[in-house]
Amino acid sequence: MYMLYEASINRMRVSVCVSLKQRNLEGYVGFANLPNQVYRKSVKRGFEFTLMVVGESGLGKSTLINSLFLTDLYSKDYPGPSQRIKKTVQVEQSKVLIKEGGVQLTLTIVDTPGFGDAVDNSNCWQPVINYIDSKCEDFLNAESRVNRRSMPDNRVHCCLYFIAPSGHGLKPLDIEFMKRLHDKVNVIPLIAKADTLTPEECQLFKKQIMKEIQEHKIKIYEFPDTEDDDDNKLIRKIKEKMPLAVVGSNVVIEVNGKKVRGRQYPWGVAEVENGEHCDFTVLRNMLIRTHMQDLKDVTNNVHYENYRSKKLAAVTCNGVDTSKTKGQLTKYGTISGKYPLAQMEEERREHVMKMKKMEAEMEQVFEMKVKEKKQKLKDSEAELERRHEQMKRNLEAQYKELEEKRRVFEEEKANWEAQQRILEQQKLDASKTMEKNKKKGKIF
Amino acid sequence: HSPLVFSSHNSSGGSTLLGYIGIDTIIEQMRKKTMKTGFDFNIMVVGHSGLGKSTLVNTLFKSHVSRKSAGWARDEKIPKTVEIKAVSHVIEEGGVKMKLTVVDTPGFGDQINNDNCWEPISKYINEQYEKFLKEEVNITRKKRIPDTRVHCCIYFISPTGHFLRQLDTEFMKRLSHSVNIIPVIAKADTMTLEERQEFKQRVRKELEVSGIEFYPQKEFDEDMEDKSDNDKIREAMPFAVVGSDKEYQVNGKRVLGRKTAWGIVEVENPNHCEFAQLRDFLIRSHLQDLKEVTHNIHYETYRAKRLNENGGLHPISSSDTQESNL
Repeated sequence: MYMLYEASINRMRVSVCVSLKQRNLEGYVGFANLPNQVYRKSVKRGFEFTLMVVGESGLGKSTLINSLFLTDLYSKDYPGPSQRIKKTVQVEQSKVLIKEGGVQLTLTIVDTPGFGDAVDNSNCWQPVINYIDSKCEDFLNAESRVNRRSMPDNRVHCCLYFIAPSGHGLKPLDIEFMKRLHDKVNVIPLIAKADTLTPEECQLFKKQIMKEIQEHKIKIYEFPDTEDDDDNKLIRKIKEKMPLAVVGSNVVIEVNGKKVRGRQYPWGVAEVENGEHCDFTVLRNMLIRTHMQDLKDVTNNVHYENYRSKKLAAVTCNGVDTSKTKGQLTKYGTISGKYPLAQMEEERREHVMKMKKMEAEMEQVFEMKVKEKKQKLKDSEAELERRHEQMKRNLEAQYKELEEKRRVFEEEKANWEAQQRILEQQKLDASKTMEKNKKKGKIF
Repeated sequence: HSPLVFSSHNSSGGSTLLGYIGIDTIIEQMRKKTMKTGFDFNIMVVGHSGLGKSTLVNTLFKSHVSRKSAGWARDEKIPKTVEIKAVSHVIEEGGVKMKLTVVDTPGFGDQINNDNCWEPISKYINEQYEKFLKEEVNITRKKRIPDTRVHCCIYFISPTGHFLRQLDTEFMKRLSHSVNIIPVIAKADTMTLEERQEFKQRVRKELEVSGIEFYPQKEFDEDMEDKSDNDKIREAMPFAVVGSDKEYQVNGKRVLGRKTAWGIVEVENPNHCEFAQLRDFLIRSHLQDLKEVTHNIHYETYRAKRLNENGGLHPISSSDTQESNL
């Protein structure tokens, strides 16, 4: 129950050494009843679990979910996301409330249709990462609120990654995805459609996958060791079978008089719940019956704390309490001693500085603009001057031309007048001679 | 060896023979010649890794002819780009020798970003056409031009049970005009019989909608007989196959199969999978037709295109062979 961990005491590494001696009791006190109280309280509250399934379409994710929880989450009326072709990777969640034996479980299944289906699948993991981070952020915000009465836990507790049963090894996409998500969520790799492989092929394939996982240093979900020896033996057996090869089906077929869930082939029936056929029962027991709480705990203590420390370190960068935060950004995020007031002061100072800077910038911009405008005006003035000069010169030239014309004209006029006078003179002379002739000789 | 007899004409133009001449022995002569020279067959397998391509080819030719058996390790790393690896074997049956070349394409569709992963394949196919063309155009030609052209490309569809992947349609669209493509559904033992039928219907419809003409192409049916035969085959395609090179004892017989905890999948049992149909189609009835379609249609298309550009066949430089006819 993470309610118990909620007290901030657990986050601080209280380095107080207390030597606890175990004392024996003289009578029955009654605190052995504590687990029952916790049990009753939690049953009343109900449980939440978020499961994410990732894999290319056609690997039987929807069928497996239906088989695991024995419900038709994806039925004929509401077909699973694989039935619809997607162009980009989507992240879809569906909630269902299941009750069993008085215990109620709010199960959220997060599906990722479109993952790995396109021709170019670079960054197809980004929507998944964004989703996980956003859920962690929601929880972080809910935790930091003043009123924390209802804190729904929507963080992804477990991610089932489906590996295609090629029989050879992991694909580059598988490796990339797991490398990027192994420190954000519990990754459990599964071999999908395991009825494709014969038992020997399955063994080889599993070994190859584990080898590659170790080679690339991918941290998949590890089962914790318990104190109980028997349990440990079981756990070790499970570890040997990793990654689990699963087959899903909800179709009931009759085999030898028994009704079993399986897949009917012309050559036989592959039974889902038969341990020799596939590891479905192992997965179901592990996921639901034994390790559901552990998955939630690891999500809360490890992955969520990782996220939280990274997020908060980004906020308190250079200042507050460097003595405590310096070099202590470990997995368990010891950002202790965060004085909120100092942080607010810091923020205020930052804000003021930012304002000042903006002001200075604006002034600068203003100056520049003024200078520009002045320059422009000067330029246009010069331009006008020049034009004026030019026009004046034009005018003078025209004037001169006109003068020239006038002179020519005057000259012509003078010439013409001179000529007229000559003509006149000639006429006079002519008339005089005619007179003379008339008098002399009576010409007519 | 019948005695020689004479013929007479009748009105329809064909001659009815009044006796036996021996024209039908030409078939026997051809057979003898083919047996002596043998023939080539080049098959290409395309599909992303883990779909059982090598196993299927081994099963088809009942001998270890794939790249895997030629000495490569089983857990070889996936190459970073698509490689083309061709392995040749000479296999013999009933006196007939066949030089079988299997061209494998490791790395296809395996990367995170598979853009243009069909280009090396398309380039390879065109290079083979180019080689043949060069030989043909030579002044002194070889008597028998070595035929390395890809006669048939088997494309493996992943048995998701839902739809064709985008990569599948992209590849087939681009290559269905330069090579005979035969789509098959790989690892069919993943699906029950009903799932298989549904998936086949969906795939066929999608192929039709995308305009992908797989072999046998409708446009090359020569007569009604061909058409009806090929129609039947087209209805049954894509074949859902299972491959295996291990033998097990079933009902006293030794059969090729896969042994699972709940039964043995018999490869050649038509109730279990369609491998036998594929094999009959590919080898027993349409082998020669595949070669002919490749030679008469795909190769001729390539040749016409090459001779029409640049006004003829110039000394071919390496940059020319990179043009694809897509």
